[in-house]
Amino acid sequence: MYTEKVMDHFQHPRNMGEIENPSGVGTVGNAKCGDIMRIYFDIDENQIIRDVKFKTFGCGAAVATSSMATELVKGKSIYEALEVTNKAVMEALDGLPPVKVHCSLLAEEAIHAALWDYAQKHHITIDGLKKPKADIGEEVEEEY
Amino acid sequence: MSELIYLDHAATTAARPEVVDAMLPYFTEKFGNPSSIYGIAAESKKAVQHARDVIAGSLGANSEDIYFTAGGSEADNWALKAAVDAYKDKGKHIITSAIEHHAVLHTCEYLEKNGVEVTYVGVDADGIINLDELEQAIRPDTILISVMAANNEIGTIQPISEIGAIAKRHGVLFHTDAVQAYGQIPLQVDEMNIDMLSASGHKLNGPKGIGFLYIRKGLKLRSFIHGGAQERRRRAGTENVPGIVGFGKAVEIAFATLEERMEKETLLRDYLISHIIERIPYCRLNGHKIKRLPNNVNISFQFVEGESLLIMLDMKGICASSGSACTSGSLDPSHVLLAIGLPHEIAHGSLRLTLGEENTYEQMDYVVDQIVEIVGKLRAMSPLYEDFMKKNRK
Repeated sequence: MYTEKVMDHFQHPRNMGEIENPSGVGTVGNAKCGDIMRIYFDIDENQIIRDVKFKTFGCGAAVATSSMATELVKGKSIYEALEVTNKAVMEALDGLPPVKVHCSLLAEEAIHAALWDYAQKHHITIDGLKKPKADIGEEVEEEY
Repeated sequence: MSELIYLDHAATTAARPEVVDAMLPYFTEKFGNPSSIYGIAAESKKAVQHARDVIAGSLGANSEDIYFTAGGSEADNWALKAAVDAYKDKGKHIITSAIEHHAVLHTCEYLEKNGVEVTYVGVDADGIINLDELEQAIRPDTILISVMAANNEIGTIQPISEIGAIAKRHGVLFHTDAVQAYGQIPLQVDEMNIDMLSASGHKLNGPKGIGFLYIRKGLKLRSFIHGGAQERRRRAGTENVPGIVGFGKAVEIAFATLEERMEKETLLRDYLISHIIERIPYCRLNGHKIKRLPNNVNISFQFVEGESLLIMLDMKGICASSGSACTSGSLDPSHVLLAIGLPHEIAHGSLRLTLGEENTYEQMDYVVDQIVEIVGKLRAMSPLYEDFMKKNRK
């Protein structure tokens, strides 16, 4: 059902954990649908993501997409992080089963939510960043 | 432990060697069509009749009331659709429970689209049907009550005799989906006032692709599959002779060992349940503590999601199943777990372990150790657990 890369990231999640006093933290999804992702950022004064951690309640694909998303943004600037799409996460994992595509959307949304929190805390505006939806589970269902 | 530990007997079971041995000649030298006239055909016919007798005997039924089908789902579809068709002059209302298998629930939904009215009676927190609600739901135009003998997910055994008595008192037909219960607990069609009963071969160490519908004599039910005159003109199609023979053999063995097996599996079941609950905080047993199938364990672990749990168990050589959304291909967790009142997030963290006679106490110890480790690992990863612990510390 899952690719080797998905299984690898599920079995050995990268950057799992939390960051004390994070520069930004975002939580997306809902327990009703069975997926919740939280991403923590430690962002330095040059707006570079120095460290990133995640916690996820969800299926194998939810864990793997969170793990891969953290890998893709680590060491990047906040603007580069903003460009990481769900497609990029999926491609990096060599694909996801169709019913699990929403997990990659959740990962993209979690990055945005954490960036939004960072922007709010530091009173800045990140061009191109929209206010994250509080709950994307319900509407994503219709997409497949 | 490098062997495979199979704890998903409610999904399917392996055919016993005796079952396979009994079936094999009917693929090759005894391949005759039971409807033909020559000697080898007569042998096939005799073998089918023998299996029918064995199965009828296990239910206290007449042999001619057993109709072989391609499985449990066909039997359920037939019972409901044909009853609605046969008794449409009386009415178009049927009653079922909220926790039926999809073979019944989706058939009901189909019938609703065709003008049939369906009442879905609720269950209590243990998954037992509310008998008062059931009786009150009966109307003058009610033709059928369909309630499963035991639930496939949480193992709760329904008060079948009481439901049968209610149905009889009101002159309503009673069908029970016994796919999960048949061969696991005793069922008697006359004592329990069962008019129709569905069962399947592969749940009791028989082959897949074979089942039957018991139809009490005198019921007007017509064919579901039209064609030849097989099964007393009620189910067309050349008999699946090897399947029927294998099913008969499996039933013979299952009922010869029923009491002993029930006793042994109940002890093993309760051992597994108590060890999991003692060692893991924030978990709960789903289904009735005592009125449950001897081989069913269903436990929800808070803050973890079922599919992750299953993949990690699989990596440890343990086969299990879950009621989480991710294993059902939708975003909703099991309708059974929601019907017994579990919140969505707890329903997502359910684990079903169903035992078979080959399972041992040694295996249970290993399985419990693995579950403890895996639940710990997943909780460490869970934002829900993090929030819960932070709240508790305050």
